Amino acid sequence: MSHHIVEAGDLHYIYPDGTVGLNGVSFRITHGESVALVGENGAGKSTLLLHMNGYLSATQGGMRIGDFLVSPASLNTVRRSVGMVFQNSDDQLFMPTVFEDVAFGPMNLGLEKEELERKVMEALDTVGAAHLKNRPPYRLSQGEKRSVAIATVLAMSPDILVMDEPTSSLDPTSRVRLIELLKTFSHTKIIATHDLDMAMDLCERTIVLHQGRITADGPTMQLFQDEALLHGSNLEKPLRMQGCPICGLSESGKKEV
Amino acid sequence: MNNIGKNYLDIRYMDTLASGNTLLHRLDPRAKLITTLLFIVAVVSFDKYTLLAFVPFFIYPMALISAGGLPAGYFLKKVLQVSPFAILVGIFNPIMDKEIIFHIGSIGISGGWISFLSIILRFFLTVTAALILIALTGFNAVCQALTRLGMPRAFVVQLLFFYRYIFVLVDEAERMETARSLRSFNSRSMRFRIFISIIGHLLLRSLDRAERIYLAMRCRGFDGHIRLIRPIKLGWKDVAFVTVWLFLFVVFRMNNIPMRLGELVTEVFR
Repeated sequence: MSHHIVEAGDLHYIYPDGTVGLNGVSFRITHGESVALVGENGAGKSTLLLHMNGYLSATQGGMRIGDFLVSPASLNTVRRSVGMVFQNSDDQLFMPTVFEDVAFGPMNLGLEKEELERKVMEALDTVGAAHLKNRPPYRLSQGEKRSVAIATVLAMSPDILVMDEPTSSLDPTSRVRLIELLKTFSHTKIIATHDLDMAMDLCERTIVLHQGRITADGPTMQLFQDEALLHGSNLEKPLRMQGCPICGLSESGKKEV
Repeated sequence: MNNIGKNYLDIRYMDTLASGNTLLHRLDPRAKLITTLLFIVAVVSFDKYTLLAFVPFFIYPMALISAGGLPAGYFLKKVLQVSPFAILVGIFNPIMDKEIIFHIGSIGISGGWISFLSIILRFFLTVTAALILIALTGFNAVCQALTRLGMPRAFVVQLLFFYRYIFVLVDEAERMETARSLRSFNSRSMRFRIFISIIGHLLLRSLDRAERIYLAMRCRGFDGHIRLIRPIKLGWKDVAFVTVWLFLFVVFRMNNIPMRLGELVTEVFR
């Protein structure tokens, strides 16, 4: 299943105004892996994600999705296998009703009638949003919008899910529900986030970006214990790994000194 | 919430109305669209000094409002809200056109005032009809009807997107306006330079958003065609709806019914 591999080879990207977005990024993510992409604002997370669907093309180096090098010629194939969930769900939900929105992708792929209906309802059922199908997207709560946005992507049956800040602007309950949902997916997942607690829950591997470079790439638990690394990248230990200011215990049960 | 927000939220209320399930709601959107267009053409085609002949046309909005279970007060409010446009269009008529047409007692009524009133009536009728169309059909179905009637897709897609994002844009404008008013303590009105800058920012943000939406569409295989699902079918009820109203509009247009009635009454009492 080489489809599910995401590989970046020495990616450089310089924005037209001269800002350096990426400065030599290389990694290889294999089938079924779940990877968190963390880093401060402006570290290059979103820039990197936009290379995965070919929206930006590297000034130097290249991105491979499965067997294809991302290029204008392979865009359609690449975009079919990479499902991208945007940070702002309002940008992703543009059709009059939820059903039509989820059906937008499959219809473009040529599905019709019963098959289309089945696909759409399957995706909506997966995210628990089947009851919203006739509602206009702008009337939904943020949590519902996020679920529907994920359904729109699932309906395309992608191999790889790319998510930009999926837990931002969600209330705690919706956040937990989303994490539980994402746990059930077997896709290759790449999640750009500031929510390190979620990264701990979902991703066994983490890539730390800082000023357009990868400063660390390894097992999540190990990286998050490296305070010098986190501090250098303007990040903070996940709350769960910090000592409780009241009882002085962290989740590991170890007494903080 | 400030005023911009209130007014636009109110427009969304029409979508709620459109989800009703009366006979009128279930008619084919094309039938309703065509009837509304016929109505508007009939009303607009009158001579500029027409007043009385408009009276029978009020039957159309009234019938639709009552049969569709729509709140009449809401439409009245909406029409009044946009009426300044009509007033602006007609306000100079009384000044430009001073020729006396008829007298009430000793007061001469000039052609300008008649045509001004005529503009207001036309405006009232046409805007109400258009609002009723949307409240009975829903904006998206109207767009779908437009496509089926041969309007180029590009325009219809523009309309759909306009309707989808006008609210998002208004939200954004509202937040900026709130932020501005919180930091400008004594002045309620906006200085021109600040207004320019807010509008500029709004434009830049919209461009950014448009780009993100386009990307989201491309990611899901968008190829320039928007495909709408709901099938629409023209039945005998739809044809009957259009025919009956068309007949009435023609009768109302060709005969000045209030005038005839008046003549009839004076004839009887002579």
